[in-house]
Amino acid sequence: MTHAAATHQTSMGLDNRKMAFWAFIGSECLLFGSLISTYLVYKGRSVVGPYPHEILNIPFTSVSTFDLLMSSLMMVLALAAVQRGDMKWGKIWLFSTALLGLVFLGGQVIEFTEFVHKGLTMSTNLFGCTFFVLTGTHGAHVAIGVLWLLTLWVRALQGKLGPANAMTVEISGLYWHFVDVVWIIIFTVVYLIQ
Amino acid sequence: MTERSEGTEHKHPTVDVYLRVAAALVILTVLEVGAFYVPAFRPVLVPVLLVLSAAKFALVVMFYMHLKADNTFFTFLFGAPLLLAVGVMAALLFLFFGALTLRGAAGAG
Repeated sequence: MTHAAATHQTSMGLDNRKMAFWAFIGSECLLFGSLISTYLVYKGRSVVGPYPHEILNIPFTSVSTFDLLMSSLMMVLALAAVQRGDMKWGKIWLFSTALLGLVFLGGQVIEFTEFVHKGLTMSTNLFGCTFFVLTGTHGAHVAIGVLWLLTLWVRALQGKLGPANAMTVEISGLYWHFVDVVWIIIFTVVYLIQ
Repeated sequence: MTERSEGTEHKHPTVDVYLRVAAALVILTVLEVGAFYVPAFRPVLVPVLLVLSAAKFALVVMFYMHLKADNTFFTFLFGAPLLLAVGVMAALLFLFFGALTLRGAAGAG
């Protein structure tokens, strides 16, 4: 794909990739809306434990939430650096964002492992099933985001990412921030409202 | 290359604004976790948490995803499915819990 094709604009004067990506994010709202609805509908209907209040670790998840919020800050700083042509800081912030994403994923692996050791699996009860599907789907989105960010970072290291490709970084940022806002809702609905 | 030729339809917030939003997000998260642990908040915990969560959601979407300054069509592309998702969620919760409440009320009557 040539650069000219990549920056094609729609008849509304908007970038076609950005418009398509917002439509994709809209569809993702429906996906996560259905998963959160399913969790809420089955909330409190498990007939065997472990139950949410017995197993959820709020201090640990609060740290994960802080980590993801800070990764969003790193992402906007990366975009600002790339837009002004400061590729040194662009690379640093992009890598920092991916690193914080990896830390979040590590936390999720630790949490899931602990839950399995305490007897909560997808087939244990309704809470286990809906919890693992919802948070696992979110985790998969984070993993895709980390891969995307690392790809951009490698392209930056190769000198193939600059102010001319700022829209590419902005679109990856949209994805990353969406993953963040989904976690904001999951943290409240699943962890804090028990 | 100009902003326009990159397909950027708006002016992004400054780094200063990004840092202020991050500080607000951290404060709101601390308030959320604090409200969870303070027994006095127990009766109003759910509405308080939902309001704080909505504030964090709005801050990220408006400033980090640039919807505040961006073309309103992007707001429509995001907002319409979001409203639909919230509507589906409300309908499902009413179907499951509203029906139970109505059945309970009928049984009590």
